[in-house]
Amino acid sequence: MDKRVSILIVDDEESVRDSLYNWFIEDGFRVECAENAKKALSMLESDYFDIILADIKMPGMDGLEMLRRIKALRSDSIVIVMTAFATVDTAVKALKDGAFDYVTKPFDPDDLTHLIRNATRQITLQEENESLKNRVISLENVEDIVGASEAMKNVFRQVESVAQSNSSVIITGESGTGKELIARAIHANSARRFFPFVSVHCGALTESLLESELFGHEKGAFTGAMYNRKGRFEMADNGTIFLDEIATVSTKMQIELLRVLETKTFVRVGGNKEISSDFRVICATNKDLKVMVENGVFREDLFYRLNVVNIQIPPLRERKEDIPLLVDFFINKYCTSMNKPVVSIDANALKRIQEFNFPGNIRELENMIERAIVVGNGKKISLKDLPLEKTMVASVGESLEEVEKSYILQVLNKYDWNISRTARALKVDRVTLYHKIKKYNLKLDE
Amino acid sequence: MSQENITLISFGQLGKDIPEKIAGDVALEFHRPVSLREGHMDLSEFFDSARRQYNGNLLIKHVDSLFTPSTMKLIGLFDVDLFIPILTYIFGQAFLGGNAGIVSVFRLKNERYGMAANDELMISRLRKEIIHELGHTFGLIHCQHPDCVMRSSTYVEDIDQKNQHLCADCRQNLKL
Repeated sequence: MDKRVSILIVDDEESVRDSLYNWFIEDGFRVECAENAKKALSMLESDYFDIILADIKMPGMDGLEMLRRIKALRSDSIVIVMTAFATVDTAVKALKDGAFDYVTKPFDPDDLTHLIRNATRQITLQEENESLKNRVISLENVEDIVGASEAMKNVFRQVESVAQSNSSVIITGESGTGKELIARAIHANSARRFFPFVSVHCGALTESLLESELFGHEKGAFTGAMYNRKGRFEMADNGTIFLDEIATVSTKMQIELLRVLETKTFVRVGGNKEISSDFRVICATNKDLKVMVENGVFREDLFYRLNVVNIQIPPLRERKEDIPLLVDFFINKYCTSMNKPVVSIDANALKRIQEFNFPGNIRELENMIERAIVVGNGKKISLKDLPLEKTMVASVGESLEEVEKSYILQVLNKYDWNISRTARALKVDRVTLYHKIKKYNLKLDE
Repeated sequence: MSQENITLISFGQLGKDIPEKIAGDVALEFHRPVSLREGHMDLSEFFDSARRQYNGNLLIKHVDSLFTPSTMKLIGLFDVDLFIPILTYIFGQAFLGGNAGIVSVFRLKNERYGMAANDELMISRLRKEIIHELGHTFGLIHCQHPDCVMRSSTYVEDIDQKNQHLCADCRQNLKL
């Protein structure tokens, strides 16, 4: 058994509890017992059990009521009900309420062995399913990294070499450059790839929420803490935790984080049991942490603990040679997901995209292509399908004439080269527009 | 592993002859001396008239409390049909990491299953069950290795399929 499966036995008869306890510990299970439903429910609030083996007929709350409450608390719990008073009705009722199986006391040793084997197989399948889903997600995302420029090749080389180690990594880069994808790529290429990749967006959470999110909480730790919850550090056991927007973390949380990173142990909010977890930490930020350290807003010790390896992702404007590849990639991605035939892009439209500055980086380019596929006629993406009218103005290094030329062309394309409507939109007369078209040598479909 | 002796105590009609044929192999398996004793006990107080069987939970507690000095591993041998409240029958049981265990030959006999008696086979099964329960007293849990004597057996056929030895992993766990 790779992992120690835990079993909770709930029965009012001591001899039954003892028998099952002795039987299961010989199989290497972690076993706990409760003499009534109330105690079992209280144990379930503070501890997790893979399998709950419960008697139906008990004084006070019966097994069926307890089954319903357990399922309300944790719907994926495997509950096996047992009774000496078997009737078809109770069996059907228990199964309808979510029992995994139903057995009549006393049972053959072989039946018990098979029952528990089936339950543990179910647990293994659930865990494998979850792990495979996570793996598929991370692999899909890793394939999303596109780039042939020297700058990106350098990033890929760094990813490859750092993946094999357990060192902390800080990924820096402007918003929209794909920092999380790089973190996922490191995880997917590491020995931890079969374990979870847990992502936390620190900037989206308040200090107290972040604390409960990272460390988990015990039932009643604060208003609304209805039951125990694992924290992200605990979930990332054997895997990788990705802390996005690390620069937004408060000073108090920075101290907490430093302690957890050094000891790899923590206590849930409202709890007193020390929990240990083996995780690798990858952080991301679009801020300059070194400057923040100099300004005293980010702890120096935490910075050095995190900044073992630093990977800098260049903004899109510094690797424009990747734009055609990215455009092709996003066209394929969105045509496939929207179930449309794959379209191509007009050479002029591509040229204009390459001239653009992209302050929002790849995220902005992706949104632009997605929009073009949605609004386009489905054959070829042309300039009129691209939302460049306003954004083009933001391009740096263009002369006034260049800006005028491209803007006139956009408006012409927008109105399908209807000169009167274009002139009205530009608030010039038709003669002026003709002059401009001649001056800039503008042509249909340019 | 600390140097504790192993004692096999036979109760009732089992006698000493059968344990004598087994003691040597048990000693070899655990690398320590095995002594044999005969015990006397009134089994009627462990008899459950509703099930017409003997309560293994009560029996093992009684064996443990009456006969086990702390430096000894002790297996009580019986020839009665054992049960624990939740199960229809057991071949034997032991306190995991404790001192005492019990084994019964009752369900190890071929004639119990409508077949011709086979003493050699019965002794072989008893030997495996004694070593298995002793393994539990030394802290071993059930083993997944198909041949290992610590593999769980719920039918006599399961006992016949495994051999009488501990596998390499279990030996390693016992530091033998």
